Amino acid sequence: MTKFFTLFSREVRAYFYSPIAYIVLVFFLLVSGVDFYFQISFMNQRPVPYSVEEAFFNSVFFWFAFVLIFPLITMRLFAEEFKLGTIEPLMTAPVRDWQVVLSKFFGALLFYVILWIPTVLYFVIFQTITHQPGANSIGAYLGGYLMLLLLGMFYLSIGCFASVLTKNQIVAAIISFATITLLFFLGLVSFILLDISSSTRQLLGYFSAIEQMGTLSRGEIDTRPIILYLSMTIVMLTFTYQAFQWRKWRL
Amino acid sequence: MIKVENLTKRFAGQTAIDNLNFEVGKGEIMGFLGPNGAGKSTTMRILSSFMPPTSGRASVAGFDTFEKSLQARAHLGYMAENVPLYNDMRVTEYLDYRAALKGVAHRRIKERVGDVKELCGLKDVEKKLIGALSKGYRQRVGLADALVHEPDLLILDEPTSGLDPNQIRQVRDLIKNLGRQHTILLSTHILPEVEMTCSRVIIINKGRIEACDTPENLLNKMRTATGVVLEAKTGADDGAEELKKIAGVKDVGLTTDGDWQIFSLRAEADADVRAEVFRLASERRWTVRELSRRKATLEDVFVEITHPDEV
Repeated sequence: MTKFFTLFSREVRAYFYSPIAYIVLVFFLLVSGVDFYFQISFMNQRPVPYSVEEAFFNSVFFWFAFVLIFPLITMRLFAEEFKLGTIEPLMTAPVRDWQVVLSKFFGALLFYVILWIPTVLYFVIFQTITHQPGANSIGAYLGGYLMLLLLGMFYLSIGCFASVLTKNQIVAAIISFATITLLFFLGLVSFILLDISSSTRQLLGYFSAIEQMGTLSRGEIDTRPIILYLSMTIVMLTFTYQAFQWRKWRL
Repeated sequence: MIKVENLTKRFAGQTAIDNLNFEVGKGEIMGFLGPNGAGKSTTMRILSSFMPPTSGRASVAGFDTFEKSLQARAHLGYMAENVPLYNDMRVTEYLDYRAALKGVAHRRIKERVGDVKELCGLKDVEKKLIGALSKGYRQRVGLADALVHEPDLLILDEPTSGLDPNQIRQVRDLIKNLGRQHTILLSTHILPEVEMTCSRVIIINKGRIEACDTPENLLNKMRTATGVVLEAKTGADDGAEELKKIAGVKDVGLTTDGDWQIFSLRAEADADVRAEVFRLASERRWTVRELSRRKATLEDVFVEITHPDEV
């Protein structure tokens, strides 16, 4: 476990060594800040049947920024080690392959969580200024952030897998961006294709991150997305682990 | 310390190493020679548990590098070719991280990192970013990393490549000193280095071991073991014919430099024919301006073994 934490702490620090971390942080704060501002200005103009928190987590702006951050966070994880050759000193130290894979995944996850922390402040500021709650209940906040965490874990594990496949970071970014975007739009298919059967529509609905976010950010904690994303994350990390061994042996 | 049995590694239809067998005893400094692509790095990567062999076994300090890989790795310090390092870390920070990763006890990390920085001459650059270091310093960081957990065995893949002559000398002295406490397996292209530092040498070519012996024995076994050069004016005599009659001389080559004739004699491995040559020359009243013995170097051995047609 000590070795896992040694690896994990290096992974987290590594984000802040490179300018990418700061660029992603600034970009993300900017987009989410602008989003929050727009949602409130919109609500000022007319009455709406949802809370600020729901509006924030369900806007187009939000999703646009959301799918873009995963390739940026994950592309360097393994690709850079293969490119620089640092994989060799790393794997000739007495560490297990799964320790390396998990430390990279959880390092990315922590950075992802750090990205979201400032958004909590938006709601605090909103409440302080307007003396109105940002959401209908605490559960709505929890649901919204839980969905972010779950979806984040799954998309980050896809990013890990993409990064282990290549030594070129750009290629890794394109693979993960394409996969994540496709998966994301799978849930939108039912809005575009109107002549599909209702059972297909229902099936696609299970994969629709937008619908799930709608539910969870209202404060209805549905266990289906929890199971779906946790199990998918484990599957992707297993793939990553396998591909990692396979790549390393063929270097 | 190292035991390699029938080790074979194939990559996509290509055999990188083919049925290697060798052992390295405790305290030895073993030189690993071979042309580029001979399989040196592959062998070292298998020994350091980086990749598994296709067949055969390798063990380090009694631990199989595949089945007991963690224990094997804990006993060895490995420095990869071209010394890959994280460019965005600082020297001390990197060594602290590596020490922790290799299981050095938390309270001993500071002391161990201090020791290896001292030993490898890194005190001046300890706060610098690794990316800003010169090649020579990077090499030393790699060596310090290999040493930080006090391994029994060091595996160094071309530790002196790309260094200037002064740096090569420093690294060589360092390796020689390390050889007192550690077993070392090092690969290199710089042959004088091997002659000076290694107690035994393995020459590998196209994935096979061609020779494995002490540098002295390798030199003695060579076809071109010792040569004698005689530069003389022999007057009317046919110098080459006369020299061939001397016992122990196998062959005489002749070139000329103006009036001077330059004979190059190849002798039996252990024969020193210089005294006989002198006696002959003085008997026949040849004018001699040089009589010398050319000792074969490991370079000759290397060329002879790896490119027999060019000798």
